[in-house]
Amino acid sequence: MSNFHLEPRPSGAIQKAAEQSLPVTGTEPAGFFTQLKGFWVTFSTMFKKPNTIEYPEVKPEVAPGFHGRHQLNRYEDGLEKCIGCELCAWACPADAIYVEGENNSEGNQISPGERYAKVYQINYLRCIFCGLCIEACPTRALTMTNEYEIADDTREKLIWEKGDLLAPLRAGMLMPPHPMYPESDHHNYYRNEIRESHPSQDTTGGGQSR
Amino acid sequence: MSTQELAIDTTVEMITLTIDGFEVSVPKGTLVIRAAEKLGIQIPRFCDHPLLDPVGACRQCLVEIEVNGRKFPKPQASCTIPVEPGMIVNTQLTSAVADKAQQGVMELLLINHPLDCAVCDKGGECPLQNQAMSNGGEESRFEGTKRTFEKPISISSQVLLDRERCILCARCTRFSEEIAGDPFITLNERGALQQVGIYEKEPFESYFSGNTVQICPVGALTGASYRFRARPFDLISTPSACEHCASGCDMRTDVRRGKTLRRLAGDDASVNEEWNCDKGRWAFKYVNANDRITTPLIRDEGGRLREASWPEALALAAKGLKENRSAVLVGGRVTLEDAYGYSKFARVALKTNDIDFRSRVTSKEERNFLASHVVGTQINYRDLDKADQIVLLGFEAEEESPIVFLRLYKQVRKRELKITAVAPFASRGNKKLKAELIATQAGSEASAISKISNLSNKSVILIGERLSESTGAISAAVTLATSSGAKLAWIPRRAGERGALEAGAIPNLLPGARPVSDSVARVDLQAAWGVSGLPSNPGLDSDEILKEVERGSIRALLVGGVDPLDISPDYQTIMEKAFVVSLEIRHSAVTQIANVVFPVAAVVEKSGTFINWESRGRFFEAAVPDSLSRSDVRILSMLADEMDSSINLPTVSSARDEFNSLGTWHHRESFTPVSGISPSIASDKANLCSWRLLLDAGSLQDGENNLAGTAHPSVAMISKNRADALDVNDGELIRISTSRGQITLPCQIDQIEDGSVWVPRNSANSKVIESLGITSGEVSVVKA
Ligand code: SF4
Ligand code: SF4
Ligand code: SF4
Ligand code: SF4
Ligand code: FES
Repeated sequence: MSNFHLEPRPSGAIQKAAEQSLPVTGTEPAGFFTQLKGFWVTFSTMFKKPNTIEYPEVKPEVAPGFHGRHQLNRYEDGLEKCIGCELCAWACPADAIYVEGENNSEGNQISPGERYAKVYQINYLRCIFCGLCIEACPTRALTMTNEYEIADDTREKLIWEKGDLLAPLRAGMLMPPHPMYPESDHHNYYRNEIRESHPSQDTTGGGQSR
Repeated sequence: MSTQELAIDTTVEMITLTIDGFEVSVPKGTLVIRAAEKLGIQIPRFCDHPLLDPVGACRQCLVEIEVNGRKFPKPQASCTIPVEPGMIVNTQLTSAVADKAQQGVMELLLINHPLDCAVCDKGGECPLQNQAMSNGGEESRFEGTKRTFEKPISISSQVLLDRERCILCARCTRFSEEIAGDPFITLNERGALQQVGIYEKEPFESYFSGNTVQICPVGALTGASYRFRARPFDLISTPSACEHCASGCDMRTDVRRGKTLRRLAGDDASVNEEWNCDKGRWAFKYVNANDRITTPLIRDEGGRLREASWPEALALAAKGLKENRSAVLVGGRVTLEDAYGYSKFARVALKTNDIDFRSRVTSKEERNFLASHVVGTQINYRDLDKADQIVLLGFEAEEESPIVFLRLYKQVRKRELKITAVAPFASRGNKKLKAELIATQAGSEASAISKISNLSNKSVILIGERLSESTGAISAAVTLATSSGAKLAWIPRRAGERGALEAGAIPNLLPGARPVSDSVARVDLQAAWGVSGLPSNPGLDSDEILKEVERGSIRALLVGGVDPLDISPDYQTIMEKAFVVSLEIRHSAVTQIANVVFPVAAVVEKSGTFINWESRGRFFEAAVPDSLSRSDVRILSMLADEMDSSINLPTVSSARDEFNSLGTWHHRESFTPVSGISPSIASDKANLCSWRLLLDAGSLQDGENNLAGTAHPSVAMISKNRADALDVNDGELIRISTSRGQITLPCQIDQIEDGSVWVPRNSANSKVIESLGITSGEVSVVKA
């Protein structure tokens, strides 16, 4: 252990500091009672309730504000909230987010308004779960869930794509692309006035929540 | 007049004033806002632009001003007021009144602003965002409903207008009117409804529309092809040079993850000022086309191209070039370094002077002119600024060198510079320049030029590459210049031609302006290169090279980025006879017949130098980092090694250094004038004339549909008399034909010289060389 060698300084300052910092005061073994004190800690713990959790069989609850993996949310009619603005990517101190915007076009309306995210990736090898991206998002598209089981066995799998991050469709939602709610524009969405999808938005003729 | 220009003129009177307590002296006529800049004091502004006339439209630049002890009663717009002696200016930094006024203006501007920064392409580099932070209030007191407009409307296929975001600074409309001379956009309506609009009858088809996107201080004008592509922090910006023409624009290339997303005009007061043309700005997608060549290809016994390893391809190419008499076609798009590589390769490895960069109609007269009057000379944009008269010969400035056009237009607007053009009709560009037209049929330029008089030694004669198509015309221009003392400048169309000339990629010149026929120059170069002998006979021009290939005496060709159709309509049957080694970016007509193909780097992937028409070097570094593609010169060097006659140019910088160390030879070839001949056209036929439009079917514009959408439609131009004789109305189809083929286009009746018909040379439905086999001469014209 002690085979590293310090070059003696002319002032002997390092030597002096080393000597002063050594807490060892004596060389004799500790006395009997002192030793007993140490064993008592071990002994008493045998009667305490164990802290161990049988993970993964048992999954612990986390606090409500826990920073888990991200989710990209939807409006109540299913359109995506994310507008591909890249503000989350800009805010991210770890450079974990990659976004490419694209034009919403007639027949391919993914989010309300002009712009949606064509590519949205979060690299969980880089993410430090600071949550700054959540604060930056102007549409509340990006939030964090309580889910923490992200570990995986390749680097590729740890880059989550938009499809992995998007919130599932709930009842009343339609899978985009579909037009905006009749007689409304992006402002209505931003003011949270769209409460569900309208039958006319279903351009496929199928039912809801496909 | 910009400060730079004022500063150049040393006789100008200086004026001293005080700004925020600091004294500063500036040339008379300087605006207060710019005098403040000189002190490093930034007054917020939107409408002010150093190259546009002041308007005072946005009122963001308000400051307090006191002259002769009397204060203006209200804050004044510093961008419209010239300095005066003893003026005392207090900006927002020292005057609470100015600061409050600026905050008030900002609040007013933001009343109707949508603040949709999150979906706005300008977000992150927006002067309104920035100045609202630096000179605006914290909170808005506005509670009403904002004015809304339909979200973006296309004012052309490549420019989108979001009227909600417009702050009515009139930069775009002033640019269009003052700089480009295309007043297709204007401010309509008044008050809160005021908005930028297009004239209904004329689409916004300006070649310079991209500049309005660049100077719009908000995200009101955006480019369709950059829409939502990136944020400024995603981009790696590299200063670069434009590869599209010989104007020599300074550019900036923005790359995201190895892909070019946009190019902007760079800021070079002595060349492009702050502008560029739409081709330079938007035509870059060819680099990422699907048909990029990424590995060497060789043709196997079955005649099929297959991928090959570098050693295999190099060995095959070296063998073919070594065993046969070979020639080199360089093309006008290569950099100086690459051209030098081809030039040295031809002389050292192939031991021939059969090398030509002119892949177009050429003449012996032209190459003699280039060797005697162009190579090694210098002339520049300042000479155009100061000229008393400009003569345009075989040169359509707006189509063939747009920044030269902007310079001329600036002087025409400022001081009515006299411009004379020898052309078959007054083109749109020449009308804007108010050029005096000497209406001339293609082929009879020589006699028209000899009639020009009144030039002085302050005049400039601009010769386009097309003048070589008319026998004797260049000689007439040289005579005119000699007799009047006017300056001569040669403006080729392609970016690499001037550099290739200096590098000696032409049959009668060696690098550094050394004439092949000059034995002392040859010996000098021999010593510099350390070789034992250089070929001493001037070589063949590009069309002659193809003729020899056809006759079977030249049996191998080294081709670098040439569209062979530019040289000969029959290239395919001819070139198939030879062993062709091609250095290319993408699959092309040459790939189809090549025996060995090497992939080369596109301009954004390599470093190099273009020499513009002024003879100014435009050096650029690779904009795309870590590209695997190699520049031509590197491959030529490997090929020469394989042939056991090394040219030793392993890198672009070694080629540049070696070329520079050669210097320019002091002795020029003498010029032998050629007399003109007038074309004889049968009375029932017409004389074809044509040139390329700026936006056309050129291969470097591939893949950019938004840009193609603003190309001028292909029309055939005929005179009123001919239209009457053919019994056609404006817009009806006419057919132009030769024995080889035909072109059918809608006609446009204009004031063209009666004997002529004009068609675009390489546009949609109008591929002149391919269809007609000629670029000028006799054609028949009938109603289709
Ligand atoms: S939580 Fe922090 S580190 Fe992770 S993506 Fe968001 S901003 Fe980046
Ligand atoms: S998640 Fe939010 S911040 Fe990120 S791109 Fe989408 S809308 Fe913008
Ligand atoms: S122009 Fe500027 S301030 Fe206006 S929305 Fe765009 S980025 Fe925001
Ligand atoms: S579109 Fe842009 S440049 Fe034109 S007036 Fe509006 S803000 Fe100014
Ligand atoms: S910058 Fe002065 S009024 Fe606009």
